[in-house]
Amino acid sequence: MHLKSPEELEQLRTKILEERKAQEGKKGIVLCTGTGCRGAGALEVYEAFKKELGSKSAIDFKSTCCHGFCERGPITVVEPMGTFYQRVTPDDVPHIIAETVQKGQIIEDLLYQDPKTEQKIPTEKDIPFYKKQHRLVFGHNRLIDPTRIEDYVANGGYQALAKALFHLSPDEIIEEVKRAGLRGRGGGGFPAGRKWESCRRAPGDLRYVICNCDEGDPGAYMDRSLMEGNPHRVLEGMIIGAYAIGSREGYVYVRNEYPLAVENVGIAIEQAHKMGFLGQNILGSGFDFDVKISKGGGAFVAGESTALMASIEGYVAEPRAKHIHTVESGLWDKPTNLNNVETWANVPVIIEKGVDWYSKIGTEGSKGTKIFSLVGKINNTGLIEVPMGMTLREIVYDIGGGIPGGKRFKAVQTGGPSGGCIPEEMLDLPVDFDALTKAGSMMGSGGMIVMDESTCMVDVAKYFTHFLKDESCGKCTSCRDGTLRMYEILDAITKGKGKDGDIELLEEIGWATTEASLCALGGTAANPVLSTIRYFRDEYEAHIRDKRCPAGVCPDLITYTIDPEACIACMKCKKECPTKAITGEKKVPHEIIQAKCIKCGTCKEVCPVDAVKVE
Amino acid sequence: MSEKELVKFQIDGLEVEAEKGQMLLPVALEYGFEIPHLCYHEAVSPYGACRLCLVEVTKGGRTKMTTSCNYPVDAGIEVATATENVLRARRMILELLLARAPKSEHIVKMAKAMGIEESRFSVIEEADGCILCGLCERVCREVVGANAITFVSRGDRREVAPPFWDPLACIACGACVYVCPTDCIKMEEHGDERTIVRWKRTLKMQPCQSCGKPFAPQFQLDWIIDRAQLSKDFYELCPVCRKQKK
Repeated sequence: MHLKSPEELEQLRTKILEERKAQEGKKGIVLCTGTGCRGAGALEVYEAFKKELGSKSAIDFKSTCCHGFCERGPITVVEPMGTFYQRVTPDDVPHIIAETVQKGQIIEDLLYQDPKTEQKIPTEKDIPFYKKQHRLVFGHNRLIDPTRIEDYVANGGYQALAKALFHLSPDEIIEEVKRAGLRGRGGGGFPAGRKWESCRRAPGDLRYVICNCDEGDPGAYMDRSLMEGNPHRVLEGMIIGAYAIGSREGYVYVRNEYPLAVENVGIAIEQAHKMGFLGQNILGSGFDFDVKISKGGGAFVAGESTALMASIEGYVAEPRAKHIHTVESGLWDKPTNLNNVETWANVPVIIEKGVDWYSKIGTEGSKGTKIFSLVGKINNTGLIEVPMGMTLREIVYDIGGGIPGGKRFKAVQTGGPSGGCIPEEMLDLPVDFDALTKAGSMMGSGGMIVMDESTCMVDVAKYFTHFLKDESCGKCTSCRDGTLRMYEILDAITKGKGKDGDIELLEEIGWATTEASLCALGGTAANPVLSTIRYFRDEYEAHIRDKRCPAGVCPDLITYTIDPEACIACMKCKKECPTKAITGEKKVPHEIIQAKCIKCGTCKEVCPVDAVKVE
Repeated sequence: MSEKELVKFQIDGLEVEAEKGQMLLPVALEYGFEIPHLCYHEAVSPYGACRLCLVEVTKGGRTKMTTSCNYPVDAGIEVATATENVLRARRMILELLLARAPKSEHIVKMAKAMGIEESRFSVIEEADGCILCGLCERVCREVVGANAITFVSRGDRREVAPPFWDPLACIACGACVYVCPTDCIKMEEHGDERTIVRWKRTLKMQPCQSCGKPFAPQFQLDWIIDRAQLSKDFYELCPVCRKQKK
């Protein structure tokens, strides 16, 4: 069906909704087969459902992408009650169908249990992880099968596009986006409306819009999940943006390591074409726009806007000089507007709900919501979407459920590999673009890695600096050799070979790397080092002066011993020790032969009575 | 064609004039300002890799540190070539580069001029004197047109090498040898053979029909004849004999 007017779109929506209304109360199963749940075995569960349901067409079975609570995947929701089952296995499938779907009975064992209250919670909205979130952009993932455009249309999809094309002029749209205070979600936080305006005003008649889906931060997967789970939302944002900017051609740059995102956005583009949301004379408005997919090879630096454009052109992803902005001369030297996945996905909601509604969410300088990937030493790993300005404490404790094993929070690293580490005393920091930058970190694309007391901050800085020295494009001396030298010094410090003056030297290299490099990768590459020195200097000093790792992580600086009083001589550590460095028998307390110990920590992990001590 | 627009701006307080859009470094050098640089050469397009030519530019009330080799000048900008920050950054860059090319006289001299006697960083032996300025790559691509060398890999594993480490496109012209600021690309001639050592390229040279001395690689001469559509016997004589004949 090719829609030729906004009226036809509304008729279609009404028709879909009526069909669905007729089936209201119909039994349905929603299974998350997003990347996180797939990792936990969702595809096996999917097959089990398919097999079990067979021809029982009375039950609507839908597979969606990420619901966010990846820690508890695979997730299954049974409608119409909205019963939320977690960690579902193929073996659970027959029970779910027989008990919950057929008889409406809840299977207690599959419910989420609040670790604090020990209460079983039957529906998503009552689970603490979801309660404090504001899932403005990400919430629709749960309602939509990304391969079915009807699902998107039924949930109000392309309504904003129709409004934009028929009721707003390009300038009015830009004004709306400016007034809404939308800032780029890819890291820089640049006001999107201003960027659009500059691009629209740049001379020339050919302009490009690009969607950056080259998210490359270790542990971050929000753009991926959005693109996988709701690609039409991103496309709708792009089409509105293209209309406002005056562009006829766009690109989705997505890394090839995101096969599901590549597949789903490909399907979405094809469907949007067929229905008249892309191509010529969109919805009969006279506006033409087309989107192509450009697949990236996976270099971290390719997410940098000018490097990304070089990559689309077929060159190596290497950032270009920025004295002329890409909004004036970008892809193939034409005015180009690049925004990231989440930024584009915010556009339809601004147009649809209006500026006044949208700008009430968030803080003075950062409007709307932000999706974070909450990972690391945290109970509720997953993707969360919160209003800007929520404190780190609320995110870590209320949504994230705190630190596992009763351990103490130490720091949270925000902004991806070149972000910074924020310490415990700053937990009440409201999270927005400006507050994070002021704290020596950054919003980045929204990675949030939680660390507990057993994390060594020098080791953390070393890990990220290693990543950055590998992923720098290697062009600027300051970034390429700066990250290399910082890594070498950090490596020496963690091996007990630190010297007086190392901290100052790190600061000096860090400063030069930040100031002298061309792009944002180099400009922020020293953040992990500088922020850990800023907040955890004593840990550096302990490594350098006392040759001691306070967190008990750096193998060259720690000794494992077994407290003979506490040891119950259970043989567990002796059995597991990979180098047979443990003596003792049943009833004879264990002891570690230091010369043989490789400090892997296995004994400590397996000891049932916590008799293994690290110093 | 529109007239070339001249713009006025300041470098270290001195009012200067240049064509709008011209790169800042050559303008500053022309006026006699000393700005150290390693990856810049007037024969090729600017690249901004070494970062030594950093200056501070104030435009529209905002000051930022930027490389001057690829900064297009504009009316009213104020350039400061040797602020404390600029010198601090340059010193670190030179120290980093010195560890790549500790035997390069040019680098050692530049470092000394900035007060650096020795680098605090361990020498990167694999670099073999290469500071990854990319002049060889640009001269080979932009001036010679042979495209025989390229950047390989990224991060600290980056190197300059013939594509796929196979120098089959190299005509051993020596342009890369000439532009290399650290002299890490060497050319050697033994008998009738010429070798570009770094690229492991050895080519047989053609003897002069008159004096009999080998004067240029056969492969190179054939390549030029083919590209410039010259007659097959165009390069029978060496440059010396050719002059005498005239």
